[in-house]
Amino acid sequence: MNINQIKNIGTVIILSAMALWIGILFGNSFQLNEATFNETVASEHRFLLKEKLAPAFESKSSNVFSFTNKIVAAEAEVNKALEAEGKGDMKISNSYQMSLTKASGVGFVSENNLLLFFLVFGLLIFGTMLFVVPDIKKIPGIKNDGIFKHPVNKGKLLGIILGSMFISFYILLYFFPQYIINWLIVLDPLSKFMNGGLASQWFLYGFLYTIAVLTMGIRMLIKYRHNKYQMVRTGSVMFFQLIFAFMIPEILTKLNMPSADLKNMWPLDYSFFFDYRIDQKIEAGTLGTFMFVWGIVLFAVGVPVLTYFFGKRWYCSWVCGCGGLAETLGDPFRQLSNKKIKAWRFERYSIHIVLVLAVVMTAGVLYTYFTGEPKIMGVLDTGTLRYYYGFGVGSIFSGVVGTGFYPIMGNRVWCRFGCPLAAYLGLVQRFKSRFRITTNGGQCISCGNCSTYCEQGIDVKWYAQRGQDIVRSSCVGCGICSAVCPRGVLNLENLAEDTKKI
Amino acid sequence: MHIAIIGNGISGITAARHIRKLSDHKISVISSETEHFYSRTALMYIYMGHMKYEHTKGYEDWFWEKNRIDLVFNHVSSIDFKSKKLTFSNDSESLTYDKLIIATGSAPNKFGWPGQDLNGVQGLYSMQDLEKLEELSPKIEHAVIVGGGLIGLELAEMLKSRNKEVTMLVRESSFWNGVLPAAESEMLNEHIKEHHIDLRLNAELSEIKDDGAGNASAVVLKSEETLDCQLVGLTVGVHANVSFLKETDLEIDRGILVNEYLETNIKDVYSIGDCCQHRNPPVGRRPTEQIWYTGKIMGETLAKTICSEPTKYEPGVFYNSAKFLDIEYQTYGTVLAKPEDNVESFYWKHPEKHILVRLNFDKSSKTIIGVNTFGIRMRHEVWDKWLSNNTSVEDILIDLPKANFDPEFFATYEQDIISHYNATYGTDLKQKSPKKSFFSKLFN
Repeated sequence: MNINQIKNIGTVIILSAMALWIGILFGNSFQLNEATFNETVASEHRFLLKEKLAPAFESKSSNVFSFTNKIVAAEAEVNKALEAEGKGDMKISNSYQMSLTKASGVGFVSENNLLLFFLVFGLLIFGTMLFVVPDIKKIPGIKNDGIFKHPVNKGKLLGIILGSMFISFYILLYFFPQYIINWLIVLDPLSKFMNGGLASQWFLYGFLYTIAVLTMGIRMLIKYRHNKYQMVRTGSVMFFQLIFAFMIPEILTKLNMPSADLKNMWPLDYSFFFDYRIDQKIEAGTLGTFMFVWGIVLFAVGVPVLTYFFGKRWYCSWVCGCGGLAETLGDPFRQLSNKKIKAWRFERYSIHIVLVLAVVMTAGVLYTYFTGEPKIMGVLDTGTLRYYYGFGVGSIFSGVVGTGFYPIMGNRVWCRFGCPLAAYLGLVQRFKSRFRITTNGGQCISCGNCSTYCEQGIDVKWYAQRGQDIVRSSCVGCGICSAVCPRGVLNLENLAEDTKKI
Repeated sequence: MHIAIIGNGISGITAARHIRKLSDHKISVISSETEHFYSRTALMYIYMGHMKYEHTKGYEDWFWEKNRIDLVFNHVSSIDFKSKKLTFSNDSESLTYDKLIIATGSAPNKFGWPGQDLNGVQGLYSMQDLEKLEELSPKIEHAVIVGGGLIGLELAEMLKSRNKEVTMLVRESSFWNGVLPAAESEMLNEHIKEHHIDLRLNAELSEIKDDGAGNASAVVLKSEETLDCQLVGLTVGVHANVSFLKETDLEIDRGILVNEYLETNIKDVYSIGDCCQHRNPPVGRRPTEQIWYTGKIMGETLAKTICSEPTKYEPGVFYNSAKFLDIEYQTYGTVLAKPEDNVESFYWKHPEKHILVRLNFDKSSKTIIGVNTFGIRMRHEVWDKWLSNNTSVEDILIDLPKANFDPEFFATYEQDIISHYNATYGTDLKQKSPKKSFFSKLFN
């Protein structure tokens, strides 16, 4: 069997796993029983809601949509009634959709969740390995053959289909998690094992994210096995995703500690200064206080110091979770980033605007936390600000657009156009850092590989063919330009600041 | 003043850019190959699917108008030097100039083989060559490449990327051994075979067979062996692309003859890049050099001569680089295939990997003369300094890490190189700066 045949088998297995995964969404019926209902619903709503939901106790819904619709309708009626009675403060504000739906799943998926878990992810990982591991037979070196002949890059259609799938997933995850309840049921055993509780949609997200970073990280390690910088860097993002982003938070939850991704930091972690998170940490005693101080030290001291010495790459392409996904799952799409000067102009506005918004929003939230005033100067409602930032930037920009557009606009859409932390790191990198990409004398032949494979859309060649060093705030130091250069022109270096050739 | 430049390759375009930097002259760049400047060296990557044509353009399309460089997409058929007029082949209009720069580059060689003009016989130099190759590709099962040089190997790599069978006919006894010393050449022979390219050494083309419809169908070797094939790649060097100037007053030998100021024998006419031949080449340089960066230097030098003060062409210490399949190669100074009598040639090769460093130095004074490096990137400015300061090879060896340009975390071999030198010459050299630890390296 040749490499391509093995890869094709891998593709078929991956597609089967995905089909099964989507099929799972339809593999349960839903029936509410009284015991679960009583357990799940708070006492003040129990009586009212039971009245409205009574029909649901008898009938089985064959799909999740009709079942959740019943709950939504019942809740709306209850709220309406409470409003009419003047008991508006008793209204159901946190919907029981998720909890009731999850507790009511009966049927094939619920009965076989562990089996399905191993089947789907076993096939997915096995298929991906069949797809990526055979490349180890090739002679080590840059192998970008056929990339621009591939349908994702050529026709755009496959890219749009793939992008739509990513986008749909994010929309379901953020806004309609009740519809993907069967996926959570499949992950319940793992969640129970890791943190003692049932799987939430965020557990699902973290798990899929980690699987993506690890399997596609292996692809990266094989593709660049001739380049130790790439291997070390990829190993680093895989480590930080698995240990810091996925395992430590779950273990902390199991130990009844405030769960936290200790490598994530403000302003990327935009809710770091939200009241409930501050309170949670304060209540958790020494460890909580440590986490709070650690979080502040990381962005207030860690960023300027480490970025001065190494450039923003120490975070963006070595530690960060968004960067980790971009560098692994996103690597096949890196060449799709727009290199035009127009894109650069847009990027400079958009990313700094988000940084300003993040600072203003956080300042507002802290103002309210300390003063108890919901509005700044009686006009600017900090809760509203916080809501819109979370919705617009936190969900739509970083998730739906940031990852959903990988197959259309390249793998760093969020990092390049939106991430406020990247903007902050970039300011330090641009104005006060030893990091630069050095150009080796007059060796550049203007071939264009460096610019083509720059995920951040930097026209590296523009500088290289002039013999200038590349000092750009957006450079995440992934080092691919240096790796693909056929003449050894480019090198990532940390040298004395004043030796930059710009 | 109107300056017309024929040719939009690296030489012509560099001249145009620098003339614009230094002056407000009207500039026209004429080419019939492509509308915009692109990097010829990247043709292979377009074929292999690493890039698209757009990616190989040196500048975005708005650049030319913004910098007031007129691009004329047309073919110059003749030049009237007396009335300073260019005539185009498909257009009755002509263009007059005040100063003319001829930068028409080169064209692939053909040596009068029977069948050399059949369909399916081609070089790889221009965008048109690439288009022809692309068109023929679905029909190619087996390709024969004639010539053992850089472009031949690039063509082989391109075809292998599409799973074609490739045979390379190399007249010499080892790949590129007219330029490279035996050890390097032998290492490349091995690497070429690793890539399943059928490398035939001491093999010469005798004729190309016709399939009866005007297409190449086979090659016959001097050894009388016949190889069926659908493509014959002729990559046996290039010559100056000046045939359209043959019957004029312009003095031409193997290229357009120019002096140190890149002036031809006709006033206000200059020539740069592959198509020119230096009457008095700089020390250590050949009269014609088809190298990317020398074209660049000529363009920049000529811009100064035309716009400000007469400037001599001074390319400095020789260097060059290439990539042979997966092996990167750089050279600085002079390393000949067969060293001259006064030259001592020392090299170290990795026992398994394709990594090799050769240092040539003067036998008596130990002054460095040149370096070849395969699989280790070296820092240009450091070697430039060592070579122009006549540094002793031993001073270089103890300081060799300074020249290392490999990415962080790469394995380093300076210690192995110095040990090998000590063992060979009975010296006891020690590296000045011992291998830096990870952190000291990061913190510099």
